[in-house]
Amino acid sequence: MTTTDQDTSVVEARKDSSQVLQKEMMADHFKKLANSKETRQKVVYTFVPGNLTELIGALGMLPVLPEINALQSGMRKKSAAYIGEAEKAGHSPDVCTYVKCDIGMMKSGNIGPTGEKIPEPDLLLLSYTGCFTFLKWFELLREEYKCPVVMLHIPYQADGEITHAMRQYVVDQLRDVVIPKMEEIAGRKLDMDVLREHLRLSAKAEDDLVAVWESARHKPSPIDGYFGGVYYIGPIFTAFRGTTEAVDYYKALRSEVEERMARNEGPMTPDGPAPEEKYRLVVEGPPNWTHFYDFWRMFSREGATVVSSSYTRVGGLYDQGFRHDDADPLGTMADYCLGCYTNLNLPSRIDLLQKYIEEYEADGLLINSVKSCNSFSAGQLLIMREIQDRTGVPGGFIESDLVDPRYFGKSNIDNRLQSYFQMLQARKHGSYA
Amino acid sequence: MKCVVGIDLGSTTTKAILLDEQGNILGRGITNSRSNYSVASAVARDEALIAARFEILRRELEQLHISGAIAAADLREDLDGKFRLALYLDQLEMLRLEAGVLMELGQHQAASAELRPLAEAVLGDCVTDAPSMFERNARRKSDFFKDIAGASFMASLERRAGTGDTIYERLAAIFDRAIFNVEAKRLGFDFGDKLRWAISRTMAERDDLGAGDREALDSLGRRIGGLELEEVAFVGTGYGRQTLPFPKEAVRSEILCHGRGAHKAFGGTRTVLDIGGQDTKAIQVDEHGVVTSFQMNDRCAAGCGRYLGYIADELSLGLHELGPLAMQARKVVRVNSTCTVFAGAELRERLALGQSREDVLAGLHRAIILRAMSLLARSGGIVNEFTFTGGVCKNPMATQILREMVTEHYGELTMNAHADSIYMGALGAALFAMDDVRRGVPQLLPHVGAVAPSPFMEASCT
Repeated sequence: MTTTDQDTSVVEARKDSSQVLQKEMMADHFKKLANSKETRQKVVYTFVPGNLTELIGALGMLPVLPEINALQSGMRKKSAAYIGEAEKAGHSPDVCTYVKCDIGMMKSGNIGPTGEKIPEPDLLLLSYTGCFTFLKWFELLREEYKCPVVMLHIPYQADGEITHAMRQYVVDQLRDVVIPKMEEIAGRKLDMDVLREHLRLSAKAEDDLVAVWESARHKPSPIDGYFGGVYYIGPIFTAFRGTTEAVDYYKALRSEVEERMARNEGPMTPDGPAPEEKYRLVVEGPPNWTHFYDFWRMFSREGATVVSSSYTRVGGLYDQGFRHDDADPLGTMADYCLGCYTNLNLPSRIDLLQKYIEEYEADGLLINSVKSCNSFSAGQLLIMREIQDRTGVPGGFIESDLVDPRYFGKSNIDNRLQSYFQMLQARKHGSYA
Repeated sequence: MKCVVGIDLGSTTTKAILLDEQGNILGRGITNSRSNYSVASAVARDEALIAARFEILRRELEQLHISGAIAAADLREDLDGKFRLALYLDQLEMLRLEAGVLMELGQHQAASAELRPLAEAVLGDCVTDAPSMFERNARRKSDFFKDIAGASFMASLERRAGTGDTIYERLAAIFDRAIFNVEAKRLGFDFGDKLRWAISRTMAERDDLGAGDREALDSLGRRIGGLELEEVAFVGTGYGRQTLPFPKEAVRSEILCHGRGAHKAFGGTRTVLDIGGQDTKAIQVDEHGVVTSFQMNDRCAAGCGRYLGYIADELSLGLHELGPLAMQARKVVRVNSTCTVFAGAELRERLALGQSREDVLAGLHRAIILRAMSLLARSGGIVNEFTFTGGVCKNPMATQILREMVTEHYGELTMNAHADSIYMGALGAALFAMDDVRRGVPQLLPHVGAVAPSPFMEASCT
């Protein structure tokens, strides 16, 4: 039991049918994880940006994503206690709260969101895609679990492009280091045809996801590309990319969204169908998870819909043309990892956000800055100013945290957002009178 | 006369502005914010109504050509003082009633026979001391009832019972609570009655006023006393929309209100800095006064007005005494922490190191302004003209340091800061209320019942 002010409204939140379907998929995955000893499936811990789910799946292994566990702990009101555990173990208040939440969860028995125990890792697959904390995180887990780590080093897109040499460097690592190590742990050789099949299924789901993202061009947007968006990326960013379940999910999601679009309806919000669309926003930065629904309502109740967001691109920039390609398995995995949002430099992030603002005809750019996430936060004010200069679209800036409820000042954030929305309204008219 | 009201409910003070239908300021009102926000808002509005009527009174007095030896401005001040005295006496009466009830309760009941005579005597002293406090040019530490009555009461209590005495402790606690209870109620009064009392009392004190003057004053009292100010619209702003005791439609963001108010007061304004009790805002506005971007302190309120409040408490000074004292500094001590929680420790440490109070205070002011400069930079820097608003702009040291730093970082530019800057949020709110009238969707300040004390204590005040 914690005494912090947490989002109390989760139970009442309304859900789309795709959300219900996703919940069943997740439950099934956690059941598989819980039974992995009996089924003799090896468990690989890995990160969302640059995840090699197809490879893991092709080798018959099961992925665990500590970031996802941490954010789910945040939504389930467990993160405060877990972070407390980690701080007790000596982790500073300034450390990424995903890390502390994960470590605290591990120290508290590693019970996952479905109440089942998450198995220990047989391998830590560290695909490094721009977030330096990932290195430290798995260094800590290696100490705790005494298990092997294999690292895939993704070169940063410092000059805003993927060169042939960068791509080859990643392909070489995959072929010479990563795959051999994974084969050793899995106890079997990688069947390239199986991998190709996974990649083919990935591309199929990716097509449907892109259609979902692009539906936001419609007015009113039938989706919320941030709060709703984090559900839409759920399967494809986690254990399901390259599976038939994901293909089915994205097909269902796409038709759900297209039906809403045909009826000229806005997205589903925690309070039911969205009210009239008053503001269209692009959001930069990850959401807060401890007060996720409260945070969402601060937007939805004011008629603010997020038409696009950068956070929902951390696991792949499919809407910018990338698709997994079964013709070149290693090359396509390299391209995927190199192209994640977290691996982009500041100018590329600015270009992308500008593109979203223009393509989706957004009224504003809102930045949720997370102090404990240096990877995202560094340079955000600069991003905001540059985009304001380029587009004339007003920026807004709020601060919160990923999963530490102590850093979510509900009334402060609401106050900023109210001001921001009222400013957008006044700006639309050009003057108050 | 029709008017619109804007209210800015801050963490320290609540401000009200009354505008006429043309947007001219009729009156300003300010009161200390208290646990009951509805009452604080209603009281600030009452204060603005009083100020509006006194402003009309001032203009009419100038036309009267009083034959006595008194200037019109002084006469107005005398009338204002007497009027304030009348209200203060009513509040003392409310205090007497509240204290009486408290003395009959639980833990105090057994001692009430001992407490009552002392309480009556002390209250009697307060009434006796009252007229001199409201004389022209009298210096009051504050204009708020809790401060004036509290100081007057404690001074008398210390004279009559030693500070170590248990009865002293007990009565001090009772009155503390009673003042709190008085503040939780809105004082009911009839403006005309109080004005007429003020006029008759002023006339009684002056023998240089001729029969013609007296007749003119009486007639003026009747006219102003009967003046109807019809409130046709209201908008409120302030910290935290959820906690404001106003209907949602009548609330506007404080960012918008401060930006708009500052722009109305100084038409060239492009950048606004507002340092309030609990937050600091840096706001950019366009040529129409519409906000284009803003930054506020998040998560941590270090370096806000409340910090100065704690420092004043630590030094047993009034908030308004800090700035002038800091102005006497010979050097500015470097202070890095602006955390309000650590303020006391920081201050004591510096003083223990042998640094002078003035020099440390100058350093504390500088530290606050440094925080504000960072926020200004984040919001996009300072553009000519620059307007400083909020409670802290009344502090001359804060204003001086800000001016120096702005010049250092952004060059010579116009910086507007005057005493009225504290009302900018309320002014912006009132302008939004005018918009609501034009759009045909005006809101009214929710009604708050008032308590008029009886019997009237003015009779006993000589």
